[in-house]
Amino acid sequence: MPQYLLSVAIDPTDAVPSPEEIQPIFEAVDAFNDKVRESGKWVFAGGLEGIDAATTVDATGTEPVVTDGPFAEAKEYLGGFWIIEAADLDEALVWAKEGSAACQGRVEVRPFQSA
Amino acid sequence: MTQDLEAELTRIHREEYAVVVASLVRRFGDIDVAEDAASEALVAALEHWPTSGIPPNPGGWLTTTATRKAIDRIRRESNRDTKHQQAAMIIDPTPPADPGVVDDDRLRLLFTCCHPALSPEARVALTLKLIGGLTVEEIAAAFLVPDTTMAQRITRAKRKISDAHIPYRVPQAADLPARLGGVLAVVYLIFNEGYLSSSGADSIRDDLCLEAIRLARLLRALIPTEPEITGLLALMLLTEARRPARVAGGELVTLGEQDRGRWDRDLIEEGHALVRDCLAINRPGHYQLLAAINAVHTDAPAAADTDWGQIAALYDQLYVVSPTPVVALNRAVAVAELDGPVVALAAVDRLELSSYHAWHATRADLLRRLGRSSEAAAAYDAAISATDNPAERAYLTRRRGQLSAD
Repeated sequence: MPQYLLSVAIDPTDAVPSPEEIQPIFEAVDAFNDKVRESGKWVFAGGLEGIDAATTVDATGTEPVVTDGPFAEAKEYLGGFWIIEAADLDEALVWAKEGSAACQGRVEVRPFQSA
Repeated sequence: MTQDLEAELTRIHREEYAVVVASLVRRFGDIDVAEDAASEALVAALEHWPTSGIPPNPGGWLTTTATRKAIDRIRRESNRDTKHQQAAMIIDPTPPADPGVVDDDRLRLLFTCCHPALSPEARVALTLKLIGGLTVEEIAAAFLVPDTTMAQRITRAKRKISDAHIPYRVPQAADLPARLGGVLAVVYLIFNEGYLSSSGADSIRDDLCLEAIRLARLLRALIPTEPEITGLLALMLLTEARRPARVAGGELVTLGEQDRGRWDRDLIEEGHALVRDCLAINRPGHYQLLAAINAVHTDAPAAADTDWGQIAALYDQLYVVSPTPVVALNRAVAVAELDGPVVALAAVDRLELSSYHAWHATRADLLRRLGRSSEAAAAYDAAISATDNPAERAYLTRRRGQLSAD
């Protein structure tokens, strides 16, 4: 069955939500995760630390270069993701809509390359 | 080949192409395989039919031939590339969809072409290519882009359908209204691309209108229970009916000034009958209300006979389902006829539409009627610079010229 990466965009300039604001989002995401697991479509998911914690490694040249920060300057960064199985894009989009509503973030849906 | 035979083959191509391609896409799950096989079948038809005659069921002949060509090709490729996955599709046990019901192959393919995960430009291009049977060159010419640009647009969209696994399926009941709305939007976009840009001398673009009408007829035959489809078909017929009177001497002619004797009475009659069908169902929607407004206009023997009260009332209803400034602008045009230009101008000035040429043109006309010539001239200038359409520019320029002569 096709697999899809559902990635959540984070804008680092957005205000950090207060604990009162973040608690219902955590709960909604937990509930959504449980639903994905129960459906049998769960592959993997995780939330990421901020880009301040990112390190970029470039070993394409003769000497590997290690630098602080993300590989591209962007307005938005990957905040977290799900990897799910879905019969087709329509099913993946249904999950993405629920995931987006749960985590209160925009979700990009990308298919994995078929084997 | 005789002219008759050639015309007949063109007709069969246009009518049967979508049936053949859609049936093969369902069976083989690959648009390219389906299109290549359909083309090969058409070539075979061109070779055989002039001597053997056109078979009694040309669509069936084409589908059978194309299916055989596709299987041959997949066998060849699976021998060469051991594409087991594709070979497995040869014995796809899925029965063909029952034609005439919602589960029609063409309908599945149409929903794929109009999938919201594709860009609007790609939806239009794919629909014309796969359902309309137009060539890349024809579509490129209609949208005034180079052939290579259109070819890339279509190739990219087909790749996304394949890579992202966009399904060939009529959406589930819960999603159907929204997804059907997307399909109708594509059909109306095709129509408007042909209608709004037409200068009367550009037959490829005029063909887009006829193609959109054909698509709406097909949709209506496949989903007879949805009044918005009927509404869109009626809207396009009633608009198309006025085409012969819409441009004269390279200049746009407004509805009020059109020679109504040149309107196509057959199309108007059909459009009115469809609007009556919608009224009987009594589930009004965006396209049905637009069709009803056009029915009121085309019902008036002369512009002076127009029932503006009814038109304003219909725009009120339309604003409830589509609360957009463009609807409010069109409503104001009716208000001008009912309550005078002062009331209408106040309504128009409240709208934030300064990038829309029709807003400036409407203001210009209202200011002209109020005798505020210098303000009207400025509004005509703004309208002229906001549109690229030569017929519209010619009309606005003449109107502006008449102002300064006052």
